[in-house]
Amino acid sequence: MKCRRCTSKATVQVRSHNAAYCKPCFVFVFQRGVERSIERERMFTRDERVLVAVSGGKDSLALWDVLAELGYATEGLYLGLGIGDYSGASHEKTEAFARARGLPLRVVRLEEEDAGLGVPEVASFTRRQPCAACGTMKRHYFDRAASDGGFAVLATGHNLDDEAARLLGNVLHWQLPYLAKQQPVLTPTHARFVRKVRPLYRTSEFESATYAFLRGIDYVVAECPNAHGATQLVYKSMLDRLEAVMPGTKLTFVTEFLKRAQPLFATQSDGALGECARCGMPAAGEICGFCRLVSEVDRRRAQAVAHS
Amino acid sequence: MQIRLEPQGKQLALSGRRRVGDVLTALGIVAGTVLVIRDDELLTDDELVEDHETLEVRAVVSGGSR
Repeated sequence: MKCRRCTSKATVQVRSHNAAYCKPCFVFVFQRGVERSIERERMFTRDERVLVAVSGGKDSLALWDVLAELGYATEGLYLGLGIGDYSGASHEKTEAFARARGLPLRVVRLEEEDAGLGVPEVASFTRRQPCAACGTMKRHYFDRAASDGGFAVLATGHNLDDEAARLLGNVLHWQLPYLAKQQPVLTPTHARFVRKVRPLYRTSEFESATYAFLRGIDYVVAECPNAHGATQLVYKSMLDRLEAVMPGTKLTFVTEFLKRAQPLFATQSDGALGECARCGMPAAGEICGFCRLVSEVDRRRAQAVAHS
Repeated sequence: MQIRLEPQGKQLALSGRRRVGDVLTALGIVAGTVLVIRDDELLTDDELVEDHETLEVRAVVSGGSR
């Protein structure tokens, strides 16, 4: 197999693009693709400060690496979720990545914040799926860190597979408000929100894993112990089978949705947001989703103590 | 050949000289869902792997939100 750009021996085969590349050409094409997504969607400029949410996984570290290489003004944000050894390894790899490249990293440990709660504790007390609790908690701390830090933009490492799986789930259940918000750029709807962007939305998991490997990024390969059986992984598995038979399916599914269908759903807005009576962050009701979660934990914890 | 599946850490063995694509088919792995690594180098589907060699087959999937 030969490299599409330079015809030397290829080491990477990208089926969705019916192409193969050698190492230097793949790295170049990957970085250029991310830059084009940023420019096409007007995600941010080199004059804006970008907070990059990093987990220690391949996608977020690949994203941070690309943005730093392209000369964007980035800082990393790592959330310590309190998921045992998994969080320990994730933190270690993220710190090592930032240190080796001289990039600034902010660390927020959920258990040391005001609520004093890690993801496993919240999931067990509320009997919610850990991924659901984790998502609510991460959004709260991401939003707060971006707002408090005066950043213009919050960038996350969601990739094409994430977007395709999310879209499949939203379509299967006709989640109109979620379809309305499924975009690579979310414009802030409140003064305490910053622009949220997904520069890897056209990049497959295979491509970001390949990029991370070729760039020598030491990322966490292990799956989160709470992810086993998660619905998103079922959707991903189905989409992988379609992709194997019809390469390019995921990219077409997501990009054509964004072009043709998403604007039709965009009128499904949440309405104006106020401020949470407890934490002051944006909320659709009296208190935000995160504070509702914390209240639920407090209530159930008190009940458990009363019954013991 | 010896094969290490990651992140499971599972060890497998296949006999004979095979192309990477045939190795993945034998293992029941869908193309494009793994990196195939030999001696710190990525391999494409058409690469031949000798009987005495060792491969790492590393899954690329991540995530778990609902």
